[in-house]
Amino acid sequence: MSDLDTFRADTRAWLEANCPPEMREPVRSDADICWGGRNFQPSSPAQKQWLDRMAERGWTVPDWPTEYGGGGLSAEQTKILRQEMAAIRARNPLNSFGISMLGPALLKYGTKAQKLEHLPPIARGEIRWCQGYSEPNAGSDLAGLQTSAVPDGDDYIVNGQKVWTSYADKADWIFCLVRTSRESKQGGISFLLFDMETAGVSTKPILLISGYSPFCETFFDDVRVPKANRIHDENKGWDVAKYLLGHEREMISGMGLGGRGANPLVAGAIATIGLDADGRLADPLLRASIALFEVRAQAFGAMSERFIDELKAGRAHPAQPSMMKYYGTELNKTRHELVMAAGGSDALEWESERSNGGAVSRGWLRTKGNSIEGGTSEIQLNIIAKRILELPGA
Amino acid sequence: MPLFLNDEQQMLHDTAKDFVAEHAPVSHLRGLRDANDPTGFSRDLWKSFAEMGFTGILIGENAGGLGLGHVEAGVVLEEIGRNLTPSPFLTTAVAAVEALKNTPHADRWFPGILAGDTVAALAVDERAKHGDAVSTRAERAGNGFRLTGAKQFVTHGHVADLLLVAARTAGGDHDSDGVTLFAVPRDAAGLTATPERLADASIAARVTLEGVTVDADAVIGEVDAGREPLDRLLRAGRAGASAEMLGVAAGAADMTLSYLKQRKQFGTLIGSYQALQHRAAHLYSETEVARAAVLKAQQLLDAGSPHADTAVSVAKAQTGLATTLAVQEGVQMHGGIGMTDEYDIGFFMKRARVLAEMFGDTNYHADRLARAAGY
Repeated sequence: MSDLDTFRADTRAWLEANCPPEMREPVRSDADICWGGRNFQPSSPAQKQWLDRMAERGWTVPDWPTEYGGGGLSAEQTKILRQEMAAIRARNPLNSFGISMLGPALLKYGTKAQKLEHLPPIARGEIRWCQGYSEPNAGSDLAGLQTSAVPDGDDYIVNGQKVWTSYADKADWIFCLVRTSRESKQGGISFLLFDMETAGVSTKPILLISGYSPFCETFFDDVRVPKANRIHDENKGWDVAKYLLGHEREMISGMGLGGRGANPLVAGAIATIGLDADGRLADPLLRASIALFEVRAQAFGAMSERFIDELKAGRAHPAQPSMMKYYGTELNKTRHELVMAAGGSDALEWESERSNGGAVSRGWLRTKGNSIEGGTSEIQLNIIAKRILELPGA
Repeated sequence: MPLFLNDEQQMLHDTAKDFVAEHAPVSHLRGLRDANDPTGFSRDLWKSFAEMGFTGILIGENAGGLGLGHVEAGVVLEEIGRNLTPSPFLTTAVAAVEALKNTPHADRWFPGILAGDTVAALAVDERAKHGDAVSTRAERAGNGFRLTGAKQFVTHGHVADLLLVAARTAGGDHDSDGVTLFAVPRDAAGLTATPERLADASIAARVTLEGVTVDADAVIGEVDAGREPLDRLLRAGRAGASAEMLGVAAGAADMTLSYLKQRKQFGTLIGSYQALQHRAAHLYSETEVARAAVLKAQQLLDAGSPHADTAVSVAKAQTGLATTLAVQEGVQMHGGIGMTDEYDIGFFMKRARVLAEMFGDTNYHADRLARAAGY
């Protein structure tokens, strides 16, 4: 048996022994998703147990170095762990912007001290992070941001406003882009980390078309941040931001994948519409739309696997995350349009218990933001055209 | 196994890319078409494919081949697609070899395929649209069978040495059981293969079988259980056609991108216009996704995975979508010259249409996936 076969067998046995049965059930609501943090209230003892057991092995971040709370696994081992988790439909033990976005940027640009301070609490789910990027006048043109950081001794004094800060009202710390120079647009940005409990930080949730408030406006009023909390050099924050955006795009692109095993779109359509005598969905046009969607979704599943393999081998084009983000989010919007069509008027209920509080329609509306947040689809197409296809500038 | 080419596969890719581009670029196809060549491909080129070892990629080393897999066959097919090279490679060295592998027929036909002498054709389709029904009858006669029926879209059927014919030995047209696959020499009495030139200048035959008598040893696999070798043939053919289509898409996209970078209107390069940039970027995305789906299918076929069949249908359907988009965008973004025969982009559109139809189009495979998923 090869080393990898042994690793697979050991991993399978460990997961079987340690993943609580409740954590193999599909995620039904937001409460089922574990985000960690200072104010984390586990929705069940099993959720906490699963997080702690995985964190203990470093498997919330399997490919991070062990000294920073990771599992120290190779790319191949990480892939096997993910496959084995998927095989038993294990839930993700910890959802975290610290893992998916800040962590990779810290590993690349952080000092040893910064890594040791921040990465282990991320891996253990002790600190929940939010991202301070967009501003009211800096959306697609992110580098036009105006939130200022003025040096004052060993500190910066930060003033300004961020918007679309995901879960800012629930986060413990923020990673934030600030302007430290007006000499240059992209070359005047720095990357800061600070505690959301610092004096002068306030948040205000934004009510969305879904009726949920996953995003906030975040205000900074003379917020004092130590210079030691700056990642990378002053005015070099754009490099960190771009690197991190690549990881955000990867994460968002994963939304197009759907789950393994039972397909909720198909199952929902069968439940509402039924099958004809030949075993086909009784609405032939919807069936065709779903079938053609599924072709793309499954092909994109292969693309995601290919992208991750190329990324780990250092072979992916640096702008390829833009393609993944574009395709994955557009696919996810299509999926939810089909889910709504399959659900008919059942799917329109907004509050009823039967509809789990309008989960289907609210989820559908939420996906409309996928192709806007993290750089719109049109921005991604610009990036592909210029950086991958090398088409001339306007 | 990571989902990208390993070093050996990359080397084969480089070799095939140079070889096909040098010996059979699009001008080779144009030359054959303009000469109204009755064969439909160059026999000399088929010989040199053999000398390069390409025709033995899927043949085991013990039989004198390279003992490689569908990934490697796909590497060659992509270059065939990129150059629109007329070649019996897909029907003979991929689909037929897969069907004949590990049967007594291998001893008879593989040496000729390895030498670049033998050409095989696939007599599977009976209607204008590819489907699962088999109506051609094979009745027991003496020591063998007598075949009666009609086939169409039999690429190279008029010049092939050997036709693989699916016929019904039991049951009704739509039954899965009761199909038998036969290896029939083209010179068999009662077999007529009428060449028809297709839109892309390739030649496919309409084949009629009027009481064609074959011995019992013409059966590939078992009587009434021909679905098994036929499915092997189709999986290989579909994965191969997907790889070839991917090459057509890549070739069309390359031409189009070059054009966007050199054509000026209103005093500026048209590739600087966002309307065209976004279309080109969207096309790139569809093609990349198709490339992943094709490689996934090839790897699963090589691994003998039970999921290979699904992955092959995903690959064929997605490359159908992506390649159709690539050639349509190609002609549109070239503008008026894209409509001229003198310019090559139209050849890509025609070839894509033929490959999209071969072994089932996107709708066929989407339907197949839906049925397999229980809706």
